[in-house]
Amino acid sequence: MRLSEAKIGQSYEVERLDTMDRVTRRLEALGLTGQTRITVLNSKKRGCMIIKVRGTRWAIGRPIAEGIQVKEAAL
Amino acid sequence: MKTSSKQTLTVGFVGNPNCGKTTLFNAFTGASLKVANWPGVTVERVEGEATYKGQKLKLIDLPGIYSLTCYSIEERVSRKCILEEGIDVIVNVVDASSLERNLYLTMQLLELKKPVVLALNMMDIVEERGMEIDIHRLPEMLGGIPVVPVSARRRSGLDVLLHAVVHHYEEGPNENVVTYKRGLEAKISKLQRILREKYQAAQQAGRPGGKREPLATRLVEENDRWLAIKLLENDEEIRARYPLAEPEILDRSYENDIINGKYDYIEEVIEECLVNKEEQAAFTEKIDKVLTHRVWGIPLFLLIMAFVFFLTFTVGDFLKGYFEEGLGYVSSSAARFLNEIGTADWLVSLIVDGIIAGVGGILTFLPNIFILFLALAFLEDSGYMARVAYVMDSVMGRVGLSGKAFLPMLLGFGCTVPAVMATRALESERDRRRTILVTPFMSCSARLPVYVLFAGMFFPGSAMLVAYSLYLLGVAVAILVALVMNRLSPARGEHALLIELPEYKTPNARTIAIYVWEKVKDYLGKAGTTIFIASIILWFLLNYGRTGMVTDIADSFGAGIGRFLVPLLVPAGLGMWQIAVALISGLSAKEVVVSSFSVLFAIGNINSAAGMRELSGILSLNGFGPVNAYAFMVFCLLYSPCMAAVATVRRETRSWGWTLRMVAFQVALAWAVSVLVYQVGSMIF
Repeated sequence: MRLSEAKIGQSYEVERLDTMDRVTRRLEALGLTGQTRITVLNSKKRGCMIIKVRGTRWAIGRPIAEGIQVKEAAL
Repeated sequence: MKTSSKQTLTVGFVGNPNCGKTTLFNAFTGASLKVANWPGVTVERVEGEATYKGQKLKLIDLPGIYSLTCYSIEERVSRKCILEEGIDVIVNVVDASSLERNLYLTMQLLELKKPVVLALNMMDIVEERGMEIDIHRLPEMLGGIPVVPVSARRRSGLDVLLHAVVHHYEEGPNENVVTYKRGLEAKISKLQRILREKYQAAQQAGRPGGKREPLATRLVEENDRWLAIKLLENDEEIRARYPLAEPEILDRSYENDIINGKYDYIEEVIEECLVNKEEQAAFTEKIDKVLTHRVWGIPLFLLIMAFVFFLTFTVGDFLKGYFEEGLGYVSSSAARFLNEIGTADWLVSLIVDGIIAGVGGILTFLPNIFILFLALAFLEDSGYMARVAYVMDSVMGRVGLSGKAFLPMLLGFGCTVPAVMATRALESERDRRRTILVTPFMSCSARLPVYVLFAGMFFPGSAMLVAYSLYLLGVAVAILVALVMNRLSPARGEHALLIELPEYKTPNARTIAIYVWEKVKDYLGKAGTTIFIASIILWFLLNYGRTGMVTDIADSFGAGIGRFLVPLLVPAGLGMWQIAVALISGLSAKEVVVSSFSVLFAIGNINSAAGMRELSGILSLNGFGPVNAYAFMVFCLLYSPCMAAVATVRRETRSWGWTLRMVAFQVALAWAVSVLVYQVGSMIF
């Protein structure tokens, strides 16, 4: 599933990044790579959301959230 | 103890954006009061000097970066500086309250094998939150480099840090800190061997004595492991410099594996060195639950901004009153003094009516600017600003801009100059320019006098409503223009928001003071010079004609230029040469539109009831009615922003071409809309 469809308060695991090249590289440099755990802290109807990755909070826009393929993380 | 053999040690400050790096840098260099900023701005590097126990140090503040790849300008600048420009020691500034992410850059720096000193900044915040960092275990896990807790805000630990720099400048990390998976390690050592064979052999074969070896060879000598890792990451720059044909080893990009390897190790470090890490999140998340709430986020934000404007206008105007009084005093005593010492009349007029009136008029806005920036610095230093970008992102997304673009537009209600400067926070040049283009449509405080005067004269009884309608019109035009621009060349996901939301913290007085002073200085310096020159030119244009100095302003060059433009303004119902002159002089500052009316029609106190009656009487004789007045206000709202703003746009975009096209577009739009208003209005009324 896409990260943009994720639920608040849930944790997910990154499967794949389908974002634009430039964005992908930035995300990777920030530590958002395959198998990384993402916790969704907040999100809005139009898809922009606040996530927590490796201890840091990020606000990401809809186009980015749509490009991040995730699966629900095992507890 | 080692004695320092070098004359001057070059120390590079490297760290993530928002880690307090520049604050720490300023604590050392002191003299240069420069605080970064809207994050990601410092592309140029800043240098300073310091001395520790007789050892001279050259300190270089590098732009904030998250990693040492070569994807952004900041990263390239920093990397080039570290690799090629003889930095002796790297001071890696780390936000201790966000250790996990900050250590990623540290891991990359350690791989460079250069001497690194870790400055553990924001320890006060760590303690405030009840977390603990094991200061003894941490260096052990980081290859034995010195780790120094500092607080840039409290200015503590500074001497210890310099001590570490001076005494460890020859020692790099003593081992490979991060070990990757076995397969990857095998590839790395194979590449290291190949690099050494190829580049060092070549060097030994034919090096002319004493000549500095080429960079490619020097880098292999210094840190072949790092180069091997970069080759495996498929780093463009390194790949180009070391074109190895090893398809078996370099079969794909191992970037992901390498990043994960580093983060895996960081997790171990955090596990061992950080105690009570859950505490940290709780505080920020509690506040965020309210401030970034789905429903309440936007109203709360509007409330906060309303409060900022309230402060800007009430406190700012309160102080402004004193400034105006002071200006009147300076102006009259200067005139008296100049007359007493027998200065020529024209010179007195130039100084008093030209320079003091022009430059002083701008200075009277300083209190508003000061308060506005004080409030903004407060919001920024507390960590709230980044949240606004999130809160407004969905609204801005509809016109193809990211949430970050909203901030500068909002500041435009205060003054276009700082608003345009605030666009620095936007990453993409496209977003920046679009935001700069629409920001001047937000009615700045200088346009208020124009509205007050003309709405008061021609719409008695509903003046407030008319003025308010112009504010709304400005916002509507800004959004429409952004929308049309987006239709013409739609955003391709590049406007997507990606911003770190830092931990909330108590704003620091020193940081805010530096920030505000920096902006005020900017305003005084840059706007001051522009206005100064503009005032002199305007004075000459209105006081000189073909026959020399004129007694009747109607014979001046200014009047001539005004008459030349009259035919263009007739369709908008503004066909008087005085109006043309007022609009042109309004380019120096929008409030000058009002003051030039008083000069042009020789009305003493234009803002008084009698003054207004007199002016509206003269204008009415020329067939200038309410519809003309509204068209005039629309023109004032939309046409080119003042010179200070134009100069700022030029400075921020670094392009005269773009800036002039922007002005042309805005003037054309102002003309078109005011013609529309006048023509339609004349038909109805």
